[in-house]
Amino acid sequence: MKQRLLIVEPSEVIVEGLKAILEGQVRFKLLEPEMNVDRLMERIVATHPDIVLINPTLVNQVSKLRDNNSMAVVALVYQYVERETLKNYDAVVDVRDSRPVIIDTLSQASPGESQMLSSNYELTKRETAVLVQLAQGKTNKEIADALSVSVHTVISHRKNITHKTGIKSVAGLTVYAMLNNLIDESSLL
Amino acid sequence: MKSRLFSSEARLSDLITAHPSLLTLLTRLGIPLGFGDRLIADVCQESGVDTAFFLLICNVYTFNNYVPSTVTILGTDMSGLVPYLEKSHKYYVDKRLPHIELHLDAIAQKLDNRIGKVLTSFFGIYKKEVEAHFLHEEKEVFPHIAGLMAGKRDTSYMIGEFIHTHSDIEGKLDDLLNIVFKYLPPEVDDDNVLDVVYDILMLSEDLKKHTFIEEKIMVPLVKHLENAILK
Repeated sequence: MKQRLLIVEPSEVIVEGLKAILEGQVRFKLLEPEMNVDRLMERIVATHPDIVLINPTLVNQVSKLRDNNSMAVVALVYQYVERETLKNYDAVVDVRDSRPVIIDTLSQASPGESQMLSSNYELTKRETAVLVQLAQGKTNKEIADALSVSVHTVISHRKNITHKTGIKSVAGLTVYAMLNNLIDESSLL
Repeated sequence: MKSRLFSSEARLSDLITAHPSLLTLLTRLGIPLGFGDRLIADVCQESGVDTAFFLLICNVYTFNNYVPSTVTILGTDMSGLVPYLEKSHKYYVDKRLPHIELHLDAIAQKLDNRIGKVLTSFFGIYKKEVEAHFLHEEKEVFPHIAGLMAGKRDTSYMIGEFIHTHSDIEGKLDDLLNIVFKYLPPEVDDDNVLDVVYDILMLSEDLKKHTFIEEKIMVPLVKHLENAILK
């Protein structure tokens, strides 16, 4: 399934450059880029993108974009942006990145990606790391901080873990982690 | 849909033969075994159970997409609802959960001690949660319904609260199912595993219907009673 990608960026030069790089890619369906940030929420609701690639200087709070949306929000950077700000994004694309790096970053950012492209039900390293922290009683926020990712990313990892194992509750996942020797009692709170 | 639902003119034994799982409902609905070849209407009458109510519950249990209309609910004598829900709670707590617990304890014996402990404590905590969930309904919700049915004006508890706080009690059971049949080490492969899987499946299905009855029959009924009496 193609990932619906919405580019939100006022600079036409940058938008055209990204389009040139991404247009031939089978993984992405490029939605009409949005240059006006005021119309952003409307566009998101109307076009339900899987990935929003957006200049971080345009948004005050990334979390607001995400309300009721399961999409990935990727920062599009070509000037200095504070690291703290970038932590709220699922990934960062720098305009100085090479073509394959940009494509790769966007491909991995989408939350559903790992499920859709693989039928592999083994947990990834990242998912295992999240699982171990969950079993230790950490909150999404604490896990996000410990692994230096956004809370949104932690939530999508959790969705993937549940999708793969069939186990939803933290208590159940703790049993799973023990059975698979991912943790021992000493690491339980 | 409607034409396929059970009618009071069928033999009770035919209903059970077609859907044996309904057998577990009979005691909870107040109908003893030994009904022979009598018709549903006759058996209900002899046992003092409202036939329409009996059929409503049986139909909900049997037909997954059957949602009784408000007209059907309000047109049925619902005085048996709370006693039925209470008996169901008792059945889950006194019969089903201990069954599962026994099998899990036996499984835990075969596991590495620390893992066995985690497994049994997972279930122990779940059991307490279910008991607390039921107790809350028995202390708050059911007396409220009994009061409304008796025509009492009491606004100290309103069903809106139930809608907001009614928690999912089947979720962890499904987790347990996955743990038991997918992730236990192969050396514990014995009858206990099969028994517990079967028990969990049965209880999970039963609880889903129980929740359905509370949310799709009890709630609309109580809302109607609240509107009629408290306004």
